[in-house]
Amino acid sequence: MKWDEFFVTGDPLIYGAMVSIVLVSLAILFGLTYYKKWGYLWREWLTTVDHKKIGVMYIICALLMLFRGGVDALLMRAQTAAPEMKFLDAQHYNEIFTTHGVIMILFMAMPFIFGLMNVIVPLQIGARDVAFPKLNAISFWLFFAGAMLFNISFIIGGSPDAGWSAYFPLASIEFSPTVGNNYYSLSLQISGIGTLLTGVNFIVTILKMRAPGMTLMRMPMFTWSVLITCLIIIFAFPVLTIALLLMMFDRLFGSQFFTMANGGMDMLWANLFWVWGHPEVYIVILPAFGIFSEIISTFARKNLYGYTSMVMSMVVISALSFLVWAHHFYTMGQGAMVNGFFSITTMAIAVPTGVKIFNWLFTLHKGRISFTTPMLYSLAFIPIFTIGGVTGVMLAMASADYQYHNTMFLVAHFHYVLIPGAVFAVIAGFHYWFPKVFGFRLNERLGKMAFWFIAISFNVTFFPMFFLGLQGMTRRTYTYSEETGFGPLNLLSMIGAIGLAIGFILLVYNIYWSTRYQPRDKTGDPWDARALEWSTPSPVPVYNFAVTPKVKGRDAFWFAKKNNEPLSDEKITKIHMPSNTGKPFVLGVAFFFLGFFLVFSWWTPSIIAGIAVLIILATMSFERDHGYYIPAEEIVQTEQKLRGDTV
Amino acid sequence: MKIDATQPLEYGTEENRNRIFGFWLFLGAEIALFATLFTVYFVLVNRYASGPSGAEIFELTPVLLETFLLLTSSFTIGLAIHAMRLGLKKQTMMFIVITLLLGAAFLGIEIYEFFTYVHEGLTLSTSAFASSLFTLLGTHGAHVAFGLLWGSVILIQLKKHGLDHSTANKSFIFSLYWHFLDVVWIFIFSFVYLKGLM
Repeated sequence: MKWDEFFVTGDPLIYGAMVSIVLVSLAILFGLTYYKKWGYLWREWLTTVDHKKIGVMYIICALLMLFRGGVDALLMRAQTAAPEMKFLDAQHYNEIFTTHGVIMILFMAMPFIFGLMNVIVPLQIGARDVAFPKLNAISFWLFFAGAMLFNISFIIGGSPDAGWSAYFPLASIEFSPTVGNNYYSLSLQISGIGTLLTGVNFIVTILKMRAPGMTLMRMPMFTWSVLITCLIIIFAFPVLTIALLLMMFDRLFGSQFFTMANGGMDMLWANLFWVWGHPEVYIVILPAFGIFSEIISTFARKNLYGYTSMVMSMVVISALSFLVWAHHFYTMGQGAMVNGFFSITTMAIAVPTGVKIFNWLFTLHKGRISFTTPMLYSLAFIPIFTIGGVTGVMLAMASADYQYHNTMFLVAHFHYVLIPGAVFAVIAGFHYWFPKVFGFRLNERLGKMAFWFIAISFNVTFFPMFFLGLQGMTRRTYTYSEETGFGPLNLLSMIGAIGLAIGFILLVYNIYWSTRYQPRDKTGDPWDARALEWSTPSPVPVYNFAVTPKVKGRDAFWFAKKNNEPLSDEKITKIHMPSNTGKPFVLGVAFFFLGFFLVFSWWTPSIIAGIAVLIILATMSFERDHGYYIPAEEIVQTEQKLRGDTV
Repeated sequence: MKIDATQPLEYGTEENRNRIFGFWLFLGAEIALFATLFTVYFVLVNRYASGPSGAEIFELTPVLLETFLLLTSSFTIGLAIHAMRLGLKKQTMMFIVITLLLGAAFLGIEIYEFFTYVHEGLTLSTSAFASSLFTLLGTHGAHVAFGLLWGSVILIQLKKHGLDHSTANKSFIFSLYWHFLDVVWIFIFSFVYLKGLM
């Protein structure tokens, strides 16, 4: 392979990206060396097994990926803003809508949710850490390796260009000869292993490590949503792993799974992909429902209405999520009976979802509502998400779907579901739990400004797409002629996209501003909230709870506050903690190289990297480390310092 | 580390119990994984294009031998855990060694099988049927191979540290994994080979 094939060449945008990547990397290296932070980075972050720090790293990555995916989105909107634009060529456009989809779903929404659940779930159930802290670090570094592998594709070798669903035969080596889809297959396999391990880890944590007295039906709703999400992960992600493995075999080793000759079946890919792909939607949406439930109940000053029906509806949604996958390809000829079945199951999902919507509304009913930033996002979510849901039912009707299949109507629909559902939720959760992690709130004025920019611009961007779709504009078209009349609405959409960008920049600026100027919170409970995480001082000490709380009912912390009872009357004793380890990070690096070499079919280096992975796993098995103890006096001192001598 | 003496060694600490429960969940994911592979195989089994079909290349003798070896190894890993519960380090190790040897013999025959298939004109790229057959068998075989490495690592630790909470826990989890591979093989034997031979 020649060097000019190795690096992507010929496009000024790519050259710009290369230069900026090199400059940013150099700046980071220089900064770390100049401020002597290498040791700090290694000790405090790269080797950490603390669930809170791992959560923070997930969220930082997610914000970076939000920026990357957002730039992709802006480029797409710019290219389609006017008829016959010459800003991007067709190939570049294909790559950008592919990476936008993959990054936003798998490397933005999922890690953001994983970050929040890492930080919050152990705190909500009164645990010291997750069940397997080391495994948790492995999960993170595998996700990180996958994300980095995916992101270097656009300067080395070329990005995947067959859509985020990578349908065959388009994604086969015959029609997509660049290494782009090898990156797709390998990076998602690597980060997928991490995701699966997270699923196992959190189920064990939630089922086995709850504080005494916290029965399943006393758990906070966010913890419930994470439990159900992890169950979906365990059954859905292996399907993706196999689909990607078969894709890799087809592309690298000449197998015939999805080919057009020798008995291959391209529709097999579509089925496998969506058997994972539709549950995946609920993997990102259910935790979002949990976050909204926490926030709405906190700021309405009421307990959550219909707790049991909330849990039941999530269980029903998770079961139905595995029975609807064929609605993604009604038009591909599986016949009326099959389409009819999937139509009905799809519409059935609207029922439990509707139950949840009404539960939130009844929680708000007669509540003393305070309009904080996280609450604004939650309130905006309800109507916007309902539009997404109702258009979803429109799409669910198979016969009508023939009209809008693969049009911009669909694009508008899923953005109307995923942006209020997932993105508003993680931003709301981010604002809500930020003081728990860092000890100060984000500025409310800047937060609300960002909210209004994001909420209004979101509708300006995506509402026109419903009409574009109904007028017949297909998705993934890189340009259109003036006679189509698509121009004005696309321009409006571009204006909205700029507003969204401003909103997100304000959000990031708010983090910077608040870090410098916001007053510190000494109470640990700045929102006057309900669940156990708020009973700890902020920022949360490494051991979480000085003494394990005893739970007597739902909203344990709220009632402890109201009745002026301590959560526990036990004395502080020494606490056992797991020690830090660098091996998960090293394992991530090894997996990154394994993936990279396989992408380019460099077999000898691949085998060496594979052996390295096995050796690291073996050394992990040989390690006999039983952690360390924090003495009781040290805990008493820490608590007094963090709480300002009130304990 | 709180030790519960009323429980067997491998269940003795909270961490140990969590590990065993977590591994059962992982096996749940493995079931989903193999279920997907079986589905792919059943979808593609009659799409052998111009290549040979299953009935043309499957032979009962080596497959029966493989089944015999793997089923016996499942029995011996059970004996190893039984010996572990009785606190017999030497016997535990011996039965794990026997298990691994049987596993290695199984893998040897499987590789030989693969060579025969290739020799008879069935390679990964011959047909969709061939691809799905090799991938299903290969994934199971790769699991066995990984098990051989894993088992050896555990043997070394047993030798070094004897039977304690850590090594007993690892041996027990390894036995769960090994039984699982056996169960998968029973499905492969019944629904790939026996059904294919009919």
